[in-house]
Amino acid sequence: MARQKEIFIAFFRSGILGFGGGPSSIPLVKKEVVDIYKMMTDEEFADVLAIGNTLPGPIITKMAGYIGYRVGGWIGLINALFATILPTVILMILFLTTLNQFKGFDFVKGMTNGVVPVVAVMLGVLTWDFLKKSKNALGWKIGSILLFASIIGILILQLHPGIIIGSLLAVALLLPVKKEGNE
Amino acid sequence: MIYIQIFLAFFYPGILGYGGGPASIPLIEHEVVDKYGWMTTTEFSEVLALGNALPGPIATKMAGYIGYEVGGIFGAIVALLATVGPSLLAMLILLNILYRFRQSPRVERLSSFVLPAIAVLLAEMTFDFVKTSYDMIGFIASILLIIGAYVALEKLKIHPAYVVMIGLIIGGLFL
Repeated sequence: MARQKEIFIAFFRSGILGFGGGPSSIPLVKKEVVDIYKMMTDEEFADVLAIGNTLPGPIITKMAGYIGYRVGGWIGLINALFATILPTVILMILFLTTLNQFKGFDFVKGMTNGVVPVVAVMLGVLTWDFLKKSKNALGWKIGSILLFASIIGILILQLHPGIIIGSLLAVALLLPVKKEGNE
Repeated sequence: MIYIQIFLAFFYPGILGYGGGPASIPLIEHEVVDKYGWMTTTEFSEVLALGNALPGPIATKMAGYIGYEVGGIFGAIVALLATVGPSLLAMLILLNILYRFRQSPRVERLSSFVLPAIAVLLAEMTFDFVKTSYDMIGFIASILLIIGAYVALEKLKIHPAYVVMIGLIIGGLFL
């Protein structure tokens, strides 16, 4: 029972303090799980993070679910997920439904207009982040080839994003590994 | 059945979103705005802005709220399960297998190979938002707000929550 309480507090804190999406709360999760509650060692945490990154989907819920399961079984898994997700989802629903009630007012309409450029900047920054990450992870050559292929597939041929991502994953698995010597 | 649609709309972004929650934002937009037409680009931008201003994982906040808008409380639960469930299940099942092959270069490069495609998807979305802004408030107001938001977020490192709030206030007063 004490363990479950720890799981809840660990993931509640890292969920509610993680501004800027899931990845920003990874250091917080590490602090709670490794430093404060000693649920796993540094190395174990690094392994979970590495494997979490090779799988699709939101990283923070994968980490929460898996660590919760390891520390507290199925109840721990559900516990950790609830603690991570629920507080912020409830906040979100409350804020937005309140805002929607006042939609008719000019002030609220103007607010909507004012926020679109802000979101555009946030997305632009995120785009740049992913470009930098591609360069760091793949290098200039492979990075540019894949970028160019994605531009053709997504922007010119208008293929479903799933097809593009699926093909890239297939290439990652099938391509021979000799070249740049990553091992 | 609306719940099946909600499930599918969030199942794909969940299972295709390599690179954590942010990577699935353009995929969610694709489903919610383009495919099912539940929201306009503008409405989606409000949800995204508020999501960015609030703490916590972004993909689940978006899923929970959009699911709630489209299908009530049960819709929210379905959307959350679709977002979180598949990848978590994969994590629990595959962890042992992947753990054994975690040194393999093929497995290591899985997530990095997808990065350029995510960048293109995000760039496309950025362009959509700039265009929406231009259509709604014109060139000069858009450019001023974009430059202002960029300086505030990236140069002055002001917290996104405050930048969104300032954007909302400026919009409310002047636009």
